[in-house]
Amino acid sequence: MSEIFRHLNDLIDRVHYLQDIKGEEWGGCPYILEELLKLKDRFYEVADDHLEDILKSLESRLEILEERAAKDLTPYEIVKITRNPQRFTLLDILENVYDSYTELGGEGETNIDPAMVCARAMIARRVGGKVYLHQVIVIGHEKGHGEEYRTGGSAKPWGNEKALRYMRVAETEGIPIHFYIFTPGAYPIEDYPGAAQQIARNLYFMTKLRVPTVAFISEGGSGGAEAIGLADIRLMASCGYYSVISPEGAAAIEGKLKEGERPPRELVEFCARQLKITAEDNLRLGTIDRIVPEPPLGARRNDYQFFKRLRYEIIRATDEVVLRTKSLKAFRTYALRRKKEEENPPEDFDVYVRWELSEVEIEKLLDLRSKKYRSMTRWAVKVPKSSLKSCLEKTQDFGARFYHDLRYGVLKQGQKMLQRLMEEVSSEGAVLIKQVTEPFKAVYDLLGAKGKRPRPKIVSSEEQALEDMGELYVSPLALEDRTVTCPNAERYGCPDIWVPDLYGEFCGVCPNCGYHFPLEYEWYLKNVFDAKSVKEFNEDIASGNPLGFEGYDKKLEQARRRSGRRSGIITFNAQVGGISLMVAMLIADFRQGTVGVAEGEKFIRACDRARIMKRPFLAFVHTTGGIRIHEGTLGVVQMPRCTMAVREYIDAGGLYLVVYDNNSYAGPVASFLGCSPYQFAIRSTRIGFAGPRVIRETTGEEIPPDYHSAENALRRGHIQGIWDRRELRKKLYQALLTMGGKNLYYR
Amino acid sequence: MAFDHQEINQLLQQLRANPYRYHVVTTPHTGYLRRFLVKEGDRVVGPSGKWLERPGTGLFVLERERNEKIIRAHTTGEVYKVHQRYEGQFVEAYQPVLEIRHALTQEEIIAELLQKSLHIVKAPEKARYLLAPQLARKIEKEGEGRVVIQPGEELVIMSFMKRETPIVHEGPPMVVFRVFFSHQQMVEQGAPLLGLCSQKELPYIQKLISRIKEEWPE
Repeated sequence: MSEIFRHLNDLIDRVHYLQDIKGEEWGGCPYILEELLKLKDRFYEVADDHLEDILKSLESRLEILEERAAKDLTPYEIVKITRNPQRFTLLDILENVYDSYTELGGEGETNIDPAMVCARAMIARRVGGKVYLHQVIVIGHEKGHGEEYRTGGSAKPWGNEKALRYMRVAETEGIPIHFYIFTPGAYPIEDYPGAAQQIARNLYFMTKLRVPTVAFISEGGSGGAEAIGLADIRLMASCGYYSVISPEGAAAIEGKLKEGERPPRELVEFCARQLKITAEDNLRLGTIDRIVPEPPLGARRNDYQFFKRLRYEIIRATDEVVLRTKSLKAFRTYALRRKKEEENPPEDFDVYVRWELSEVEIEKLLDLRSKKYRSMTRWAVKVPKSSLKSCLEKTQDFGARFYHDLRYGVLKQGQKMLQRLMEEVSSEGAVLIKQVTEPFKAVYDLLGAKGKRPRPKIVSSEEQALEDMGELYVSPLALEDRTVTCPNAERYGCPDIWVPDLYGEFCGVCPNCGYHFPLEYEWYLKNVFDAKSVKEFNEDIASGNPLGFEGYDKKLEQARRRSGRRSGIITFNAQVGGISLMVAMLIADFRQGTVGVAEGEKFIRACDRARIMKRPFLAFVHTTGGIRIHEGTLGVVQMPRCTMAVREYIDAGGLYLVVYDNNSYAGPVASFLGCSPYQFAIRSTRIGFAGPRVIRETTGEEIPPDYHSAENALRRGHIQGIWDRRELRKKLYQALLTMGGKNLYYR
Repeated sequence: MAFDHQEINQLLQQLRANPYRYHVVTTPHTGYLRRFLVKEGDRVVGPSGKWLERPGTGLFVLERERNEKIIRAHTTGEVYKVHQRYEGQFVEAYQPVLEIRHALTQEEIIAELLQKSLHIVKAPEKARYLLAPQLARKIEKEGEGRVVIQPGEELVIMSFMKRETPIVHEGPPMVVFRVFFSHQQMVEQGAPLLGLCSQKELPYIQKLISRIKEEWPE
């Protein structure tokens, strides 16, 4: 009797699940549900045999409906499957995939962040009747089954910090990490350590994490997913989604909706389709490595067959990562490849692979990871083929690499040794000569033959270096004959400012309160760097529409026409006071400085060029609105890609500086900008993870108007200083000298 | 402050006759008043939001040196008078151009009357304040408006950076009518801490308040 009752309840759950995905009135769902509920009410009045017969017939009808539903699942319906409370969560995986586990850094509600679960776990592998236990660290988001305190799997900054802490533990112990991504996005608050800054720190660390890592994505919500997503192999659930933004968020932007307005269902469906968020799409785009098959309508928390499959896939993926680093692996790789074809994963594995790596293997692992992320999305880069210019650039690059390797590699070492030797000899010599000549000098001074010679005047090299500015640049904004009001006029009583003065002599700064009015990026090109020192490269790399997002081509064309640029980033060589440096500048004029494939590629190339040419690297953010949503996950993976390039540049001894201006938000701040040890902001800029509207809509909390101000960012420790625009050139020069030290290549 | 029955009655009468406060909006500087954005009878709101981050309703556009500036309402109410003759004209600084009539709420009237009728003890500096333990015990036992304090008795304790300074009552014996702060609250300098009145005046003030509560709409 109880079994029939359980069966009945299970069928009711299945109908509810189907209704959640396809809509309340879809197919014959309401009729079946009504019948089931009636049956539940009269459960004890109906005979068992009759009950079973009815249930069987209803179940067969439900199965037909489920089959029909699974055949034409839209991307938005997949999103609904992923978000369904009946879907499996990380704790279900820990219970069913791993043999035993101990939660680290908190349990349940008693936790620094219940949305982020870290555990030390054991996973068993049977080979020929023998059981091998592997130790792993499991890190992932826990959505919970309705628990409010889990914040739906949105990890707070300190949750991501906790993840980083246990990544370090895994590295110390040399055991692999399995990441499980179940997040709609990071919890967008700026409190220390800061949503964006902490994700950036995680990414920076994961680029060179010295253990094998495998990530499994069920719900991959942009930056929140990347915080624990940079892995050697990325698996994805067949009914999961991985996206740059939620379809609702994209619909609100596309439909230009006001705050609080609900986007129409058709627009949400359209955006979900255009964003290419499904597992198949992501596999095709190359942002994931493999799909883990689920039951047709997605796995739920009691789908034990799926857990078996997941266990097999996760072990196999870890094996694969480990075997790639081995020199002797042919047979084992073959054995693994053979398994790939199998529909049903076997209980037993053919091979046992030890997951510990030697130092040489770790180096190979890191090298492979770097190659993996560097090559990701490269297919989508739009570069004009076989043009004379690109050939010339390639030759130039090769020449520069050869020259700098020779100069700073072979010759520099010898030169350094010789220089040190000469310094030693001259210091010794100076002491010896001083001992001999001291008595004579004393007698000479006593006789006072001549007055002391005047000391030469010390001319500040800084003044000399910064003097040369070439011809004066006048901002086109200064050509209007009118006044403007400072936004702080009411608070500080600032008088109206005459525009030619403001954008000319005052450099766009209110002389009374110091408020910085936005200026065009050309102003910085002309006023910060030495005259005629700016030499742009890779300007041919153009932003495209790799996802074929409807209507986006037109917007791109508009941006191109308006800005005269092909992408939202300018990369160039320049000099500040005679110091050569490499600069990547994200500009507001082209799609609000959002980062897509082209921008990511140009940034990486600039970073690599700085490494090859041994130059300091400056990322100047005129404005960035985050990752470009029209490029979907191709944009999101620019976060790990660019961070990888930055990490390799810094590890090679480079000096990486970031200067923020105007507005800097989201993905770029949460990756290749936020990971810099030296970040500065120009006064009146805004820096953060999500804008005020997103914060209000996701957390339901009001934030003060100055929440993202540079002052608050400095107070929270996200940046290292605030610079005045009028002193930017001087401050940058000082920063290059003081922070450069021995790591500054140009020395 | 001496309690002047006549003055209070007069004030009450005035309020009853005209329960509004009038805010005259003037031009902040010279310029051309291009257009009014409101008309007489329109409802306007002052700055709102937790941090007053949402600006008030735009009232008129003032232009100087081709800089069009929207002058906004600083108070909530109804536009009472608009000096239409200035529209499109050059105006001097501080020229009254419109009036906003703000209907006083019951709370505002009570606060105004209490300000006039009570002896207010203000915070001498920004600090954390707590009632003197003896007074706190009495108020807890008997309630506000019943405890009499004698000259030299401790009223409140000002606590800041581990420094505690008592504030004592000076003057004739008085009744503690209102406590304007909560226990251990951080109070700005000059903000009211306590409202005191003489025993003789107490029934009159109580009656006044109950009358306002009865007569005035919420």
